[in-house]
Amino acid sequence: MKSYLEATARQRISSLLENFKEYLKPSEEWISPHLGQLDAAVSFDDGVVIGEGKLNGSRIFAAAQEGGFMGGAVGEVHGAKIVGLLKRALIDKPDAILLLVESGGVRLHEANAGLIAVSELMRALLEVRAVGIPVIVLNGGSNGCFGGMGIVACCANRVIMSEEARLGMSGPEVIETANGVEEFDSRDRALVWRTTGGKHRYLLGDCQFLVDDKIESFRVAAIQAIADFKTQDVALTMESLEAEQKMLSDRLSKFGKIPEPFDIWRSLGVQEPEKIALLDAQEFMTMIQMQVGAIGATP
Amino acid sequence: MNWQELAAKLFPEGHQIQESAHFLSGTAKVGSLEIAIVGTSHHTPIGVEIALAQAKAVLEVVRKFPGRPIFILVDTEGQRLRHRDELLGINRYMAHLAKCIEFARQKNHFILALVYDQALSGGFITSGLMADACFAMPNSAIRVMGLPAMARITKVTEERLTALAQDNPVFAPGPKNYLKMGGLLGIWENDLPRALLDALKNKSSQDGRAALGAQRGGRTRAQKVIEAVIGASK
Repeated sequence: MKSYLEATARQRISSLLENFKEYLKPSEEWISPHLGQLDAAVSFDDGVVIGEGKLNGSRIFAAAQEGGFMGGAVGEVHGAKIVGLLKRALIDKPDAILLLVESGGVRLHEANAGLIAVSELMRALLEVRAVGIPVIVLNGGSNGCFGGMGIVACCANRVIMSEEARLGMSGPEVIETANGVEEFDSRDRALVWRTTGGKHRYLLGDCQFLVDDKIESFRVAAIQAIADFKTQDVALTMESLEAEQKMLSDRLSKFGKIPEPFDIWRSLGVQEPEKIALLDAQEFMTMIQMQVGAIGATP
Repeated sequence: MNWQELAAKLFPEGHQIQESAHFLSGTAKVGSLEIAIVGTSHHTPIGVEIALAQAKAVLEVVRKFPGRPIFILVDTEGQRLRHRDELLGINRYMAHLAKCIEFARQKNHFILALVYDQALSGGFITSGLMADACFAMPNSAIRVMGLPAMARITKVTEERLTALAQDNPVFAPGPKNYLKMGGLLGIWENDLPRALLDALKNKSSQDGRAALGAQRGGRTRAQKVIEAVIGASK
């Protein structure tokens, strides 16, 4: 299995980690108690695989959302599995947490439970960071990472994306439904990609590492991230939050009136924005380093 | 309810709250305590600007007034649904706000929140749901999505959803459902200053919402799952 995008959650997590051991296996049948009453199909893992394994000698706790089940949406059990993993990390102190995100956000069938679960997840994630365990997000699935999970991703220490991946808050269809096709044409795939895709997120600094769509590339980037955080602050600090405040405020004053992503990229120093789509991840990162320089602050 | 009316009832000893483009900030007196106020008004959508303004206010309290309780007044129709906000990375702005609130908590600021009018999805996750103790007014509206929209998406008729919502708080809007699920600590009915004083006395910075949801019978599975994961053998 080479492509990260085409792999299932279970394939991703077991190819990334050695000796992966799953907690709450499907055979234990931790299913959603709410889907049945709405005649929706259930899944024996509720759409997320959690457990622990090794990565290049480090002890890792990991969760992988399955986009094939309800788009990876967060329900009561799904959310609690990830929260439980993070709470367990506070006790067991693994070297790092990997979150293999793929989710449209809160699962509407159990919306209230999902919404509360996402906030529990955010708090648990930041508690884990507070004790010095880095949280690394891997985002490379075809459903992208939206809604509450888009916020969760930006609470992590590092976001690694493929260029095919997308990261945002409200999906284009939701925006089009609310404010019309003139606001955001969800069928304009190129515009959707320029707005939420990996390269745009990298250029703005919300994704700190772009890789090509290979499980091995994600693995190498995750190993690099874990090594980097051995010598960097993992917990939130006043300095890092003030730097983020300034970065986001500068972003708003520089790009707040520019509606077209190409123009944002051009004003960042990219000479031929139209050609960016053609570059592979490595060519892109090299080109950006030459034309734009260092990007973004660690969140 | 508008915020002026609320503030007059909540803070009989006085407050200095400013409103600017639907962003609320300032201080209020509660007994011998000075508390910081941060919030939004007029059901405003949370866009990049107002997320950033709230984050800035929270950081300022942490910097200048160590340990001062922070009271978040919530009234929002949710995240702003515009292409521009997505392009700028609104999820990063909202995460930044959530991180600032969490940082305040880690620096021993007690975080209190009150949904005084509306709290919808993304706007609620990074405000009230980040608090140590979140309360709501009885007539407030809390939801991810209304039942008609949910019926379209889940393909279950609205009549059936309404019927199911009678006994199951998991998807239907309303503060009572969020209370049952542990998302709210309580609903403030009558004596608001009393309720606020009590809330400020019962400080806990532990996230006990899953346990509370189980205890109240509205969210029976989450706490069991969390415990099972913690206890799972390798």
